[in-house]
Amino acid sequence: MTNKTPDIVIVGGGNAALCAAITAAEAGARVLILEGAPKEYRGGNSRHTRNFRCMHDGPLSVLTGSYGEDEYYNDLLLVTKGNTDENLARIAIRGSQESQPWMEAHGVRFQPSLSGTLSLSRTNAFFLGGGKALVNAYYRTAAALGVEVLYDAHVNHLELEGDRITRVDFTQHGTAHSLTPRAVVVASGGFQGNIERLVAAWGPEAENFLIRGTPYNRGDVLFDLLDQGVQSIGDPTQCHAVAIDGRAPKFDGGIVTRLDCVPFSVVVNTHGQRFYNEGEDVWPKRYAIWGRLVAAQDDQVAYSIIDSKSRDLFMPSVFPPVTADTIPELAVKLGLEPDAVAATIAEFNAACQNGDFKPTELDGVATEGLDPPKTNWARPIVDPPFYGYSLRPGVTFTYLGFKVDAQAQVQGATGPVQNLWAAGETMAGSILGQGYLAGFGMTIGTVFGRIAGKEAAAYVH
Amino acid sequence: MSIEQTPQAFETLNPIDEARRQIEICNACRYCEGYCAVFPAITKQKTFGDGDISQLANLCHNCRGCYYACQYTEPHEFALNLPGVLAQVRQDSWQDHAWPRGAGQAFHRSGVAIACAVIVGFMALLLAVQAIGSAGGDGFYATLSHNAMVAIFVPAFLFPVLSIGISLRRYWAHIGGQKVTLGALTQAFGDAARLKNLSGGHGEGCNFEDEDRFTHLRRIGHQLTMWGFLLCFAATSTATVMHYVFDLPAPYDLLSLPKLLGITGGVLLTLGTAKLAWLKPKGDRSLGDTRVWGGEMAFILLLFVVAVTGLVLYAATGTAAVPLLLALHLGTVLAFFLLMPFSKMVHGFYRLAALVRDAQQK
Ligand SMILES: Cc1cc2nc3c(=O)[nH]c(=O)nc-3n(C[C@H](O)[C@H](O)[C@H](O)COP(=O)(O)OP(=O)(O)OC[C@H]3O[C@@H](n4cnc5c(N)ncnc54)[C@H](O)[C@@H]3O)c2cc1C
Ligand code: SF4
Ligand code: SF4
Repeated sequence: MTNKTPDIVIVGGGNAALCAAITAAEAGARVLILEGAPKEYRGGNSRHTRNFRCMHDGPLSVLTGSYGEDEYYNDLLLVTKGNTDENLARIAIRGSQESQPWMEAHGVRFQPSLSGTLSLSRTNAFFLGGGKALVNAYYRTAAALGVEVLYDAHVNHLELEGDRITRVDFTQHGTAHSLTPRAVVVASGGFQGNIERLVAAWGPEAENFLIRGTPYNRGDVLFDLLDQGVQSIGDPTQCHAVAIDGRAPKFDGGIVTRLDCVPFSVVVNTHGQRFYNEGEDVWPKRYAIWGRLVAAQDDQVAYSIIDSKSRDLFMPSVFPPVTADTIPELAVKLGLEPDAVAATIAEFNAACQNGDFKPTELDGVATEGLDPPKTNWARPIVDPPFYGYSLRPGVTFTYLGFKVDAQAQVQGATGPVQNLWAAGETMAGSILGQGYLAGFGMTIGTVFGRIAGKEAAAYVH
Repeated sequence: MSIEQTPQAFETLNPIDEARRQIEICNACRYCEGYCAVFPAITKQKTFGDGDISQLANLCHNCRGCYYACQYTEPHEFALNLPGVLAQVRQDSWQDHAWPRGAGQAFHRSGVAIACAVIVGFMALLLAVQAIGSAGGDGFYATLSHNAMVAIFVPAFLFPVLSIGISLRRYWAHIGGQKVTLGALTQAFGDAARLKNLSGGHGEGCNFEDEDRFTHLRRIGHQLTMWGFLLCFAATSTATVMHYVFDLPAPYDLLSLPKLLGITGGVLLTLGTAKLAWLKPKGDRSLGDTRVWGGEMAFILLLFVVAVTGLVLYAATGTAAVPLLLALHLGTVLAFFLLMPFSKMVHGFYRLAALVRDAQQK
């Protein structure tokens, strides 16, 4: 434990927390980070990220061309269907341009967009080594600035008295501690790590959801403060989920569990039946929709089946596919009824038409007379070996969060809480009311983390 | 296989299969693509034969960047440790292709003992030759006849050349290498000379002595060692040419080419190996091949002794210590050459082969 009471306690140890800590320490504040995870798992969901979305008026570092404020904002409007706070959104967008050099100056290194992600080279700056390398660099920078870090330090209560936080309670290795800092920044993410809460919000299906990121984001501080009357934003019954490899670990499977095979496949549920148009649009645009679709199936599982023609058309999967020489054999290996699957595939094959198959664009190669149809990339599944992947919903984050103002200050029942700021996923619901824009999570965390750090440091001086 | 089963019980996999398991995870991830040549090579394939894995292993120079950046290291169930498993595969590839077969394994089981025995053996031999009496030459040759030196050194030098040549041929076939072109060679030597891949992808070096901190210490230590060794080698070569082609036998002046090269090389080699020996215990052993940690350390120390005894010998010219020092120095040099095909020293040859192969595949 530390001997001196810090000026500022930062709850969490991911990107937003680190950006706040570094900014506040550079402004002269004595900063303590309370990270709920052990050191090996520090960095929350940020350790799983690969890039951040960055506005730029001209080529910037590894970013090509330009990506202006309005184009960026329009992209956000499209995914959120207008469910955003324009003022906060524009602050995040404008702040991203200036954050890129700040990140480099604080140890983050960038690389050209990864192979297979060329479409993002203009809009998203990739971290060399990914999010864990970023988190490592920030911890080093923070340490050099005198920021203290406690790992395994789980914050369970912030005492709100009037319009001030007067006490921070946390446990470390089973021992309870209290601190009385002058200011607090909450950057402890969403609550998707708490399955009971997910079940309460979503229903019993949520038991079968996989959590793509950290198990340590359980929303304890979020609910603790909401219970004390702090204002929330975002729909508590909603989470961002995508369809991922059904064999992924329950938590922390991260990026490698994504499966890009769906558009080239036939997807069946546990009854061997198709339930949605697999070829509706290019995969990045449908990735999130399939999380919900699969969640709606029995046992929250589905199976994507391809033949050898399509094997090399998508990024490799982390686990090898289940493989067989006939469809019934594949069905058995997948634990499905062989006759049902064979009938579904036969019916699909019979509905396929000739056409000019183009894997990288909407090719219009569609089925005829099939319900539901497949409107692109519909090629008969006939060439052995056949491959099968199971799909399950993988939760990225929850939308419920704190309501903050432009200074990242948390809003209480009757006005701002004088010494409380929030940054990152825990307040992102204000900006991302629904949907998701690749790379925007890190943008929100970086920009509002820096704002929160600056404001908190100004307050304690 | 039922899909609900955990994917694999990895603890029991041999190094090649374990490396394949990890590489397939990396291929689905690719976050480390910017660190070194290994990842771009991985992304060109979807399935990996044993030869491919060996090739990737020899492309890796154990900078450890991808370990500290990886979100899947233990305690995560994916248990990624790419530097560690590639070090094992690399080591196995050197042992499996060594000629004579079995010698590589023996060395790595008990390298320190073998190195000591060889040094002592050669010292005894050299001292015996000295005792029998010199043929009355000058300088060093006053203590050891030139012909006796040649009779000992030439085989000790030719054997490793032959042995490494055979090993590399076998290895090249194993990784499916094609006919070597000048273009591929130029690129490979260029990369090697600059130790391009040791820059860490961002020019800030590698992770070694302090977890995820990037520094140039290891790169500097390695460069000093490599250039020091090459200069020493050049010193011996020029002396040989001067002796046979220009009929200018040793001893040479301080300002002569062999001495300038030799002293500079000796100093660089001393500094480089000292730095590497100092660094090695600071790194996490499990990110290398733990089976041969001791052998690798012994090899660095052997090179250090080669360099130091060489310099001391120069300094002691004309004193009574020369006979013993000469025997010690030449004993270590001989041991070094003879054991080269089975020691860490072969990594340089395999790495060059891997870089050439990589250039072919680009
Ligand atoms: C697999 C995956 C890939 C992603 N890829 C990208 C991407 O490429 N680009 C992008 O912009 N976004 C990406 N995201 C989203 C992104 O991860 C988040 O938006 C971002 O990391 C949020 O940062 P944060 O600092 O708010 O939260 P986190 O990084 O999750 O940090 C929360 C921290 O709080 C700690 N904590 C939680 N509760 C407590 C408590 N009670 N006491 C103490 N500490 C606590 C946690 O241990 C953790 O350190 C991805 C998400 C996932 C799951
Ligand atoms: S080492 Fe880890 S982070 Fe790097 S590419 Fe492989 S799986 Fe990804
Ligand atoms: S240890 Fe370094 S050289 Fe080896 S694979 Fe990892 S990043 Fe590449």
